Amino acid sequence: MSACVQDAPLPHRPAARPPAGGGWTGEPLRLAALLAPAAAVFAAFFLLPLVRLIVIGAGGAEGWSAYLTTLAAPGHLDSLISTLALSAGVTAVTLAVSTVAGLFLVRNQFPGHALLVALLTFPLAFPGVVIGFMVIMLAGRQGLIGTVTQALGAGKLVFAYSMAGLFLGYVYFSIPRVILTVMAAAEKLDPRLEEAARSLGASSWRVVADVILPALKPALISAGALCFATSMGAFGTAFTLATRINVLPMTIYTEFTLQANIAAAAALSVLLGLITWAALAVARSVAGTSVAAAG
Amino acid sequence: MPDSFHLDAVPIRLERCGKTFAGGARALEPLDLTIRGGETVVFLGPSGCGKTTTLRIIAGLESPDPGGRVLFGEEDVTALPIERRNVGMVFQSYALFPNMTVAENVAYGLKVRKLPRADRARRVEEMLDLMHLGEFAGRRIDQLSGGQRQRVALARALVVRPRVLLLDEPLTALDAKLRDSLRLEIDRLLRSLGITAVYVTHDQGEAMALGDRIVVMAKGRVAQVGTPREIYYQPADGFVADFIGTMNRLGGTVRGGTLSIGTASLPWSGADGAVELLVRPEDLALAGEADGHLGGTVAAAVFLGDRTRLLVEPADGPALTVDTLGRSGLERGDRVWLRVDPARMLAVP
Repeated sequence: MSACVQDAPLPHRPAARPPAGGGWTGEPLRLAALLAPAAAVFAAFFLLPLVRLIVIGAGGAEGWSAYLTTLAAPGHLDSLISTLALSAGVTAVTLAVSTVAGLFLVRNQFPGHALLVALLTFPLAFPGVVIGFMVIMLAGRQGLIGTVTQALGAGKLVFAYSMAGLFLGYVYFSIPRVILTVMAAAEKLDPRLEEAARSLGASSWRVVADVILPALKPALISAGALCFATSMGAFGTAFTLATRINVLPMTIYTEFTLQANIAAAAALSVLLGLITWAALAVARSVAGTSVAAAG
Repeated sequence: MPDSFHLDAVPIRLERCGKTFAGGARALEPLDLTIRGGETVVFLGPSGCGKTTTLRIIAGLESPDPGGRVLFGEEDVTALPIERRNVGMVFQSYALFPNMTVAENVAYGLKVRKLPRADRARRVEEMLDLMHLGEFAGRRIDQLSGGQRQRVALARALVVRPRVLLLDEPLTALDAKLRDSLRLEIDRLLRSLGITAVYVTHDQGEAMALGDRIVVMAKGRVAQVGTPREIYYQPADGFVADFIGTMNRLGGTVRGGTLSIGTASLPWSGADGAVELLVRPEDLALAGEADGHLGGTVAAAVFLGDRTRLLVEPADGPALTVDTLGRSGLERGDRVWLRVDPARMLAVP
C-alpha cells in the first residue's frame, strides 16, 4: 500500500525528478517527508503487532517449527479443515441465494420493494452475538423449529449448537452484503446483451450462463472473497452458540484463555491469516484477469 | 460470395400492432404495414416516435397490444418470443459479448443451435471473411474500433441465416466518416444477401441511402410510407416535409386558377383562398429582375464547395433557403430575384 503511494506520482511527473547526482533533494524528499506520518502509523499499528504475533508464534519450546507442529497437533488440523469447509459452504450458499435474490430485486418492481431491500440489509449492523442469539431462538432448545417439529410429531429438531447452526447464522449474516454487491453489479448489466443472446436463439438458462454470470463474475468473486474471509475469522456467533464448536477462531480462543498456550494461539492466528489471505489473493487474481478480459 | 449466404426473403406483415405500456402511455398507435420479402424498410423519426417500439414488436422483444398480429410469411409469430423467431439483431451499442473473442461472438448463435464444431468453424470463417474481419478472429472485443465492432455484430446476426435482419440505429455511435463507409457496406450487404431488413434511425440521410421504402413516424403514428423520392418530393404533410431535408414555406393566394406569390402571378389549379406552399432549396432558382418572381436580400451566403447555400430575406414572410450550383459569388447584402416553378411546389392545407 505504502509502496504504491510512493511510486505512483514519480512516473507521471518526470520533471520532478532530482537532477543527476542531486541525491535526495526536492520533490522526492518532500514526498517522503509528507508520507512519514502515514508510514509511522502503518508501522506502529499494523506492522509491529503483526511481526510481534509472528515472533510470539515461534516463541514456544519448539521455536519456528511450531508453525508446522501446531498445525499437526490433534484437533488443530481438524479445526482448520472444518473451518475451511464451513467457510466454503457458507460462501457457495450465500452467493447462490444472493445472486438469485439480487437479480430478482433489480429486475422486478412490486409494492413493498424498497421496504424488502431495506429489511434485507438490516442484519448488516448486527454483532455476531446477536446473530448467534437469533439462531438459538430459531433452532435452539426453545426454538421455533423445535417447537414446530415437535407439534408435528417428528420429535424436537435442535441444531443451533452445532456446525449446522453456525452455518445458518453465517449465511444469514453474509447474505446482506453479498446481495448489495450483486444488486449494484446487476443494475449495470446491459439489457441489450441479453436481447442479443436471445435473438441468437439462447434460452433463459443460456442467457444466465453465457451473459449474466460472466458479467457478474467480478462482483461475485470479490463479494465471495469477503464472505469467505469473514466466515474464516468470525468468532462472536460461534462463541454464543457453543464453546465446543470446532472452528479455528474458537480453537485460538481456547488456546489463549483456557490453556494459556500463547505461542500456539499466535501460530494458529498467523496461519489463519495466511490461509485467508492466500484465498483472497487467488480470488482477486482470478477476478482481475476476468475483469481485464471483460474490458 | 458463397451460396450459403443467400438468405430466404421472408415478407413481414404487421396487423393492428399498437403498444400501450404499463401505466397507460401509448407508445404506438395501431399500425398496419406489409414489408415485402427482400425489402429494406427504414423507420425514420425523432426520438419517442414509436420507431424502436415497432422494431421491438417485430423482433419479439415486445408484444403488441391485444388484437395486434405479427406475421413472417404465412406464419403468425405474435406469440413466439424472440429466441424462437430466428431474427438477426444489430444494436446501437453493438451488444457484443465482452467475455468472448470475435470468433466466439460470431459462433454464438451456431453454438446455441448445437451445430457440429467443424460446421461452426467453417461458417464463422466464411462470415468473418465476408465482413473483412478474418484477421481479427482471435481478438477481444475491447481491442476493436467502433466500426469493427459493428461489423462483428452484423456477422454475428447474419451467420445464423435469420429470416429477417433488424437494425436499431446501428451507426449512431460512430463518427461521421466511419458512419458513411459502414453505411455503404451495410447497403452492399443487404442488396447482395436479399434479406428482408428493418432499419431504425433518426438520420434522414441514412434513411434515404438505405431504404427501399421509408416509414416516417411521429408521436406513435405513421406519418408517411413511401420510397425516398416520394418522401422527399411529395411529403404527406408539413411534419414530413420539415423532417426530411430542408423545406421553405411560402405564403400565397389562389384566385380563379391563378396563384399570387410576391409580385408574380402563376397558373395554379386549386381551390381559392390563402395557401401555404412548400419548396425545396434546390427548386428556387436565381433570376434577373425581369423574370424573377420574388425579390429579396441575401442575409447569409454559405459556401459549401459544390454549391452555395443562400439565406434570402424577402420583403415579407420568413427567410428562404436557396441552393445555387456553380460560382455565384453572391455576398451578404446583395439584392437577388428568385424564380419558382409551380410544378415543383407543393401546397399544404
